[in-house]
This record gives sequence, C-alpha cells and structure tokens, in this order.
Amino acid sequence: MTSTPSFTADEMMTVAASRALRDGVACFVGIGIPSTAANLARRTHAPGLVLVYESGTLGAKPAALPLSIGDSQLADTADAVVSVPEVFNYWLQPGRVNIGFLGAAQIDRFANINTTVIGDDYRHPKIRLPGAGGAPEIAANCTEVIVVVRQSRRTFVDRVDFVTSVGHGMGPGDRARLGLRGAGPTMVITDLGILTPDPDTCVLTLSSVHPGVTVEQARDATGWDLAVARDLATTPPPTDQELTVLRKLEATKGQVR
Amino acid sequence: MARIVSLAQGVAELVHDGDTVAMEGFTHLIPFAAGHEVIRQGRRDLTLVRMTPDVIYDQLIGAGCARKLVFSWGGNPGVGSLHRFRDAVGNGWPVPLEIEEHSHAGMANRYVAGASGLPFAVLRGYVGTDLVSATANIRPITCPFTGEVLTAVPALRPDVAIVHAQRSDRAGNVQIWGITGVQKEAVLASARSLVTVEEIVDELPPQPGAIVLPSWAVTLVAPAPGGSHPSYSHGFSVRDNDYYVAWDAISRDREAFRQWLDAEVFDRAERTAGASDATTSEVGA
Repeated sequence: MTSTPSFTADEMMTVAASRALRDGVACFVGIGIPSTAANLARRTHAPGLVLVYESGTLGAKPAALPLSIGDSQLADTADAVVSVPEVFNYWLQPGRVNIGFLGAAQIDRFANINTTVIGDDYRHPKIRLPGAGGAPEIAANCTEVIVVVRQSRRTFVDRVDFVTSVGHGMGPGDRARLGLRGAGPTMVITDLGILTPDPDTCVLTLSSVHPGVTVEQARDATGWDLAVARDLATTPPPTDQELTVLRKLEATKGQVR
Repeated sequence: MARIVSLAQGVAELVHDGDTVAMEGFTHLIPFAAGHEVIRQGRRDLTLVRMTPDVIYDQLIGAGCARKLVFSWGGNPGVGSLHRFRDAVGNGWPVPLEIEEHSHAGMANRYVAGASGLPFAVLRGYVGTDLVSATANIRPITCPFTGEVLTAVPALRPDVAIVHAQRSDRAGNVQIWGITGVQKEAVLASARSLVTVEEIVDELPPQPGAIVLPSWAVTLVAPAPGGSHPSYSHGFSVRDNDYYVAWDAISRDREAFRQWLDAEVFDRAERTAGASDATTSEVGA
C-alpha cells in the first residue's frame, strides 16, 4: 500500500491498457480511454501499433488526442482513408484487425457487454444508452477483445440487462456455437485491476490488482462472487516515462491544428 | 442532371411530411444547415435514418419533426448522451419516437444494399446479441453455397438523402474528401438527394482521395457555406468542440432547448450567406 500514490486510478487503468497492446498489431479504437491508451502505446513501447478508427481512418497517427472518431487529423495522418462500409466489410469482418478495444456501461461475469439500455424492458428502459455502434461486430470479428471500464457494482453485474456485444455468451463453447470467430474478451482492465476469463469456465477472474488496491475492494466493486486467480499479481505501477508521456498526451486533447 | 437551388428551395422541394430522410456525415460534413432548414419549414412525421444520430438529430427530434428513428449509435460524440432523444423515447416529448436499432455494420450494409439495388444485405453480425429480438428486421440467412448461417438486413431506401460536401461545379458534380463515411451510399440508396456545399466552382480541381458524385446521380445542390457547423468540412473549417460540450446543458432542459430553437433556428434567416465565422478557408492557400 502506498499512502500517497503519485498517479490516479484512471492513469493506472490507461497505462495498463496501453501495455496490453503489442507493437505491430492492428487495433480497432474507440474514443475515450481506449483511444488514449492506444496513443500512449504508440508513443512508448509500440511505435508500430496500427490505429483503426471506425470513421475509416486506417493507421491514423494523431499528434493530439482526438475528441471524436472522425477528427480531421485522423484523416490527415492515416495510411488510408476508406468509407464506413469498407472499414466494416473489408477490414473488420474478415478478421484483419487483431485487437478490439471496447468500453461498457454494463459487463457481466462472462464479459458480455451492454451499451444499449439499463432496465429489463427494452421499450421502456430506466436509462437509454447510445446503443451498439461498431461494438457487436468488433466483439465478434477481432482476433481478441480488450475491455476498459471503471469497476463498480453498477457496471459489473451478474447478468447484463441487454447483450449489445457478445463476450463469452453463457459460458464455455458459446462463441463457437454462435459462429463468432474471434477469441472474444481476453482481458478486462479496470481502475482497480485486471480481470481475465477463467480458461475452464470463461468467468471473469481477478488476475491482477493495481498498486494500493486490495482484493476486497475489487470484490466489493463486483456484482458477482469474484474469484481470485491463484497466482494473483500486482500490476507494476506506471513508470515515470509512461506518466510523463500520458500527461503530455492528455494535455493535447481536442487540439486542432 | 442536378439543379442548383437555394437551401430553402431545396428542402421545400424534396422533403415532405411523412418522408423517410437520411442525413449522413460520419462526424465530418454533417448537414446541420439543412437540418435547421427542415426544422424551420416545420416538417412532421419524418422517419429519420442515420448511423450516428448526434446533435443534429437531437435538434430535429426535440423540434418535433420525427416520428421514428432508424440508427446504430445515438450520442453526443466525446460528450455524452442525447437528452432530446432520451426525452422523446422515455417521455414522448414533444412527440413519441419509435426506434429501430441496428449496429454500424448493419446500417452501413443496409445502405450498400439500397445503393446496389438489392433487397437485402448479408453480413457476419448481430449473432448472439439482444438486438436480434429487439429489432424485427434482423434475420438469419443460410448461404446457398456453404450452408453457413449469416445475418440478413433489409436495404435502406430513403425518400431523400441530405449530405454536405466541400464543393460542386456549376453542373452539379459533387466532390467530397477527407472522411467520406457513408454519404455516397446514402445518396445512391435514396429516391431523391440534396447536397449542400461549401462552394460552387467553375471546375473541380484534382483532390487526392476525393470521391465524386456525378451530377446525374444527384437531384439538387444548394450552396451552404459553413453548413456543416459545428461539425467540420475538411479543408474549409474545423470542428467546434465547444458547441458539442455546450449542447449538453441546452439539451437537458426543455425550456433551454426551446429558447435555443427560437434564437438559433427560427429567428435566423437561411444561413447560406452567413455562418462563415467558424470557417477558415485553407483550400488553395
């Protein structure tokens, strides 16, 4: 336990997410923490990371953090700019994108994701959320999926109210039965730690806690009985370099050249 | 051949009560000026189609123009929720809004099918999601060659497509570059089309990465400089991020929204001549 951490929980989450991106892979990026993490990775350990935004910008290299998936600098710096039908049909659908980076309003024990409605009645929801966007097909067709989301009981629920994007369905073998070709969520990175699906049950299990976070805190922020991996790790804290680059990057958010 | 008209004339001629209208522009080139003209002309009972109904459709929905929304992602990009949309879905204010919900891949393919003259599109999508039960027109289809079960969605065939572009020539050939989204498909899928443009030039200069909608594929072209504000027109203007942030507070409150509507839409003449304050003409510089 550090008494006065020199980084925030969100910074730890973003750094952990960036570390999950290997150099040279292609990554389908959404706005928010995924985009920040991907741009951090490109400036640190993964200079050859290929950023694909659903606006059709392939290999974007933004100098500033974009505020939307369609900022002009994404088009100006991309290897190629393609139409929206093309990005989904030619690039995402055949499995050319290695990693899909998703957020969630709700996520359940099998890493199924809800971004559509909160509440049991779709026609009369408690909260109407933005909806699917590109997520269902990103979750289906990327080689693997990484979810980045802050951990709380409101978000980490036993069962999502609406399956917008399929994680591991109702358990082992479900993705294959549904004909989903990617591996699905392999990692859920939160502000408290990292969860990975148990290889036998597909249930999300706590595999790493961030520095200063206890297992109890993580369990308290989870709406199911969160199991803990036998070889539970502690996430290495952000390095000075990671923090410096991240903070510099955050300061560029929305800058337009 | 496309005819060149004023924005008010274009909307009056092409958009009628009860029409299915697709205004496209994927973050870039969103036809805000045309949307405001539709509000001003008091169109009602529209079925609005758009992959990303963001602030422009929040405004149309709040103004009571729409009866139904066909979409795949409804939010204020980079900011949060659409409060007029939520009020219409949740409380039927100012009028009830029926929704038909898809994924981006599904919507994009529905436009492609419409543009291609096909009745439906096939994709690997939706399988295992609750969208299948929430939306009636997502159906399984078996490949006649492999036996594999895929997903079919019906073609989109709007009555009218409205898009914004950088420029056209005097014959009405339209040039679009930067992020081109799904505008070409939307125009070709629709029975009629209105393209608003930043400028009309004698001859379209070569532009890397540009697409051209030939004059004979477009119904009407209307000049609307700055007509994509607060989104942007690549090469002409930059995105007004502050506007998107400010929209959150305006749209949360019905009264604040009404005041905005009066001040920014009804009390304003057609913005074909103005609205250049946020634009920076980089082209040819």
